[in-house]
Amino acid sequence: MSRSELIRGALALVATVVVGAASAANPTYAIVHAKAHTIAKGTLEDATIVIKDGRIAAIGKGLAAPAGAEIIDAAGRPVTPGLFDAFGAIGVLEVELEDSTVDRGNGDPRYSAAFAVADAFNPRSPKVAITRIEGVTRALVAPVDGDGDGVQSVIVGQAATIHLGLGEALVLDPSAALVVEYGESGKGLAGGARSAALLQLKEALDDARDYARNKGDFDMNARRAYSRTRLDLEALQPVLRRELPVIVQADRASDITKVLEFGKAQNLRLVIAGGAEAWMVADELAKAGVPVIVDVIQNLPGSFESLGSTLENAGRLQKAGVKVTFATEDVGNPRNVKQLAGNAVSYGMDYDAALAGLTKVPAEIYGMKGYGTLEVGMDADVVVWSGDPLEVTSYADAVFIKGDKIPMTSRQTQLRDRYKDLGKQPWPPAYRR
Amino acid sequence: MTQVHKRHAALVALLIGGAALAGCGKPKATAETKDGGPFASTYAPLPSTPTLITHATVLTGTGARLDDASVLLVDGKVAAIGSDVAAPAGATVIDAKGRFVTPGIIDVHSHLGVYASPGTNASSDGNEATNAVTAEVWAEHSLWPQDPQFATASAGGITAMQILPGSANLIGGRGVTVKNVPSRTAQGMKFPGAKHGLKMACGENPKRVYGDKSGPSTRMGNVAGYRAAWIKARNYKAKLDKAAKGQGDAPDRDLAMETLAGVLSGDIIVHNHCYRADEMAQMIDIAKEFDYRIGTFHHAVESYKVADLLKQHDICSAMWADWWGFKMEAYDGVRENVALVDAAGACAIVHSDSAVGTQRLNQEAAKAMASGNRIGLGIKPEHAIAWITANAAKALGVLDKTGTLEAGKDADVVLWSSDPFSVYAKADLVFVDGAVIWDRADRTRQPVSDFMLGILGGREVQP
Repeated sequence: MSRSELIRGALALVATVVVGAASAANPTYAIVHAKAHTIAKGTLEDATIVIKDGRIAAIGKGLAAPAGAEIIDAAGRPVTPGLFDAFGAIGVLEVELEDSTVDRGNGDPRYSAAFAVADAFNPRSPKVAITRIEGVTRALVAPVDGDGDGVQSVIVGQAATIHLGLGEALVLDPSAALVVEYGESGKGLAGGARSAALLQLKEALDDARDYARNKGDFDMNARRAYSRTRLDLEALQPVLRRELPVIVQADRASDITKVLEFGKAQNLRLVIAGGAEAWMVADELAKAGVPVIVDVIQNLPGSFESLGSTLENAGRLQKAGVKVTFATEDVGNPRNVKQLAGNAVSYGMDYDAALAGLTKVPAEIYGMKGYGTLEVGMDADVVVWSGDPLEVTSYADAVFIKGDKIPMTSRQTQLRDRYKDLGKQPWPPAYRR
Repeated sequence: MTQVHKRHAALVALLIGGAALAGCGKPKATAETKDGGPFASTYAPLPSTPTLITHATVLTGTGARLDDASVLLVDGKVAAIGSDVAAPAGATVIDAKGRFVTPGIIDVHSHLGVYASPGTNASSDGNEATNAVTAEVWAEHSLWPQDPQFATASAGGITAMQILPGSANLIGGRGVTVKNVPSRTAQGMKFPGAKHGLKMACGENPKRVYGDKSGPSTRMGNVAGYRAAWIKARNYKAKLDKAAKGQGDAPDRDLAMETLAGVLSGDIIVHNHCYRADEMAQMIDIAKEFDYRIGTFHHAVESYKVADLLKQHDICSAMWADWWGFKMEAYDGVRENVALVDAAGACAIVHSDSAVGTQRLNQEAAKAMASGNRIGLGIKPEHAIAWITANAAKALGVLDKTGTLEAGKDADVVLWSSDPFSVYAKADLVFVDGAVIWDRADRTRQPVSDFMLGILGGREVQP
C-alpha cells in the first residue's frame, strides 16, 4: 500500500453509523467498502462483510448492508481475519522475571504430557486486551520447560488454543498440541545429550503404546515399569493416533532432519518451532508436510545451533512449499507478529502466504475450525486496519472477535490517557480514570 | 528479545569469581583520561570516492525533508545537500529516484562485542558482576571486534553505536562509542573524539544480582550505594584539583575514581539505565547533590509520566517502541512513550539494547511514530528520524560530528530502498565517513567476521 493510500485511510476515520434500530443485545455489523483479504478466495475490493450472531453472515463485493446493521465504513482500507500468535504465553505469564506470575513450566517430574497450561489460564489477564486491540484475536498458549533441577522431561506439556474476545470462556481447545524441546534446550533437559533426549521421547511413546494395549494388566500392577506416569501415558494416546500435533523446538538443520526421521518412524504429526536453520532442510520439511513456526527476525548466529540463521528463512521455506506461521520470542509482545510477517515479505515470502501464516495456517495446524478466513459461516474474527496490516505504521482501527465489537481500550491506553496531558490539571494523576 | 534479558541474567549469575586486583606500585593520579589517553582511537576512515546521490528524498535529521534532492559526499564529509549540486570530476553518481537518504543510524544502547553471538559462556563479557560498583572497568576492554553482530547491524543502517557494560551494577563502568566499521581491534573502531559514557543502573537488576550477596538488596540500598561512590569521587577530585594548584599531593591513582571524577568534570557522560519515573526523580536529586549531569535515562519505560521533569533538566530518554512487562519496572510501558516524551519537548531517542532490534531501529521508530499519530500528535518522518540519528548523536556528545546531514559533518549516511519508516525498506548503501561499509547489491562490500568464515560447512549466510 502506498503512502498516499495510507494517508487517505488515516483520514477516513472509522465512521460508525447505525442504520435503523438494531438489537442492542445482539447487534449486526456491516463493514462496507473494505479491501477484504479473504485468505480463502483472494482479495475483494469494495467488499461488504456482514457480521451477525458471532459469525460472518455474508461477504461480497458491493453487497448492501442489512437493515438495522451498524455500519463500519472501511473506506478502502484492508480487512483481514484476526491474527494468530502461534506460540505464546497469554494468560499464563504476566511478568516474565516474577516467578509468582508465571504458570508455564512444570518442575514436577511426575507430570509431563499430561501437564496442560489451559488449567492455569487466566482470562482476565491485562494482556488479553493489550493484545487484541492490536488485531491479534487468537493464540496458542504453550508450555515451556519448568527450570527444574536434574534430568527433566523433554516433553514439557500441552498447549491450548484461545481466543481473545469478550467474556471469560476464552479457551477453545485445552489440548491443541504437545510441546517437546529438542536441540540445546532438549539436550539440557535430558541430562546433557541430544541422543538422550530422543531416547527419552522414544521410551515415552513406546510405553504409551504398550500401556494402551495392556491397561488391564497395568491396573493390576502386572506390567513392566513405565517411564511415565498413568496420566502422561493417557495424554500421549491422541499423539499416537495423530490427532494431536507435536511441536518440537529445534533450530539446527541436523536436529530438524533427525526429528523428521524420528517423527516418521513414530508416525507423529510434527510441527517445528524455531527452525533457525530450517531453510537448509526446506525440501525435507516440504516432503514430510511439516510446518514451521518462525520468529522471522531472529537472524543472528546466537548459538551453535543457529549459525545459519537468516532473515530469508521464512521466504525460502515458503518457496520450497513449507507452511510457515509466526511467533515472537518476546512473549510480552505477540502483537508484533504482524511485524514478523512484514519482515518475512521484505525478505522473500509471498505477501498472501504471509497473511495466511498469520491466520489460516495456524488454524490448520491446530485444527481450529471456524477461524482463519473471511468466509460465510466462519467465526467473525475480523480486523479493519488503518493501512497494510503488515506495515509497521499500520494499526487496527476496529476489531471484532466472535462477532463482538471489541472496545479499543486496555490498561496501556488507560495509562497513556492518564499521563498524556502532563501538568494541565491541579490534581495528581491518581484521580484521573 | 526478552530472552536476551533472561540470558544476560543467567550469565550474570554464573559470574561469581572475584576479580583479581592488581595491587602493585601506586602511581599518582594526574588528570582524567581523555581522547589521546590510553587505548586511544586508531580509527581511520576506509577508502572512499566522491559520491553524489541524486533525486533522493532526504530526511536531514534536522527536521527537514528535501524532495528530489542531491547529497554530495567528498573526502569522508558531507560536502553539499540541495537541489542543485554538481558532481565533481570522477565522482560516483547514484540515481536514488524513489529512494530515501538519512543520516547514519545511531544506537545509543548496544552490547555488541561484549555480549557477542554466539552467546557462549566464554564470550559473556558485559557485566563485571563481582561488585555493585565497578566504575573502573571499560566496555571496550571486553569488546570482541569479530562479533558477527556488527555486520548484521551494518545491514540495518547502523553507522555508530555506544557499547555499554550491562546493568548488573549500580555503576557498571565506561561505555565506548564506536563507528560501525570492521576492524581487527576495538581501538580501530573507537569514534575519534567521542567522550566515554558511564553506565549506571537503577532498580531491579542490581537488587537481583547482589540481593543475596554483598548487597544492595533494596532500592534504598541502591541509592546509598550511588551516594557512597560519589562521596569518594568528590574527595578524590578535590585532592586532584588542589594538587593541580600546588596545594598538596595528588591522590594515588585509582581507576574507579578516575572515571567518576571524569563525570564530575564533565568529560564522561552519564547513561543511566532507569525504568521507573519515581526512580528517575531520585537519580536527578543525586545528580544535584553531587553536582553532575545525567545525559540520558536508558530503557526509560516510564518517561512519559515525567516528561516535563526530563525536559526541565535537559535529560534525554532512550526508549523502546513497545517492549514492556518482562519485569515489574517495565510493567507500565505504553506504545506512546517515545511520542509523548517528544511532544513534551524533551529529548526522545529510540534505542535497542538488542543485537536483533538494532538491525531495524528504523522500524522501531516507525512504530513509535505511528503510535503517536494514532493519538493525533501528527509526527512526520522528517521529525521522527531524529530519534535514531540527531538525538542519539546529542546523547553521545557527537552531534557536532554526525547525526544530521549538514555540510562539513562526517559522511555517515544511509541510502534506503524506500521510505525507512516502512517494514519493506532496506539499507541499500551504508556510508561511514564516505566509505561504503555495506552494499546490499555487492557481496564483496558486505563484511563477514572471522567467526562466520566456513562455519556452516562452507555455506555462506546472508544476514
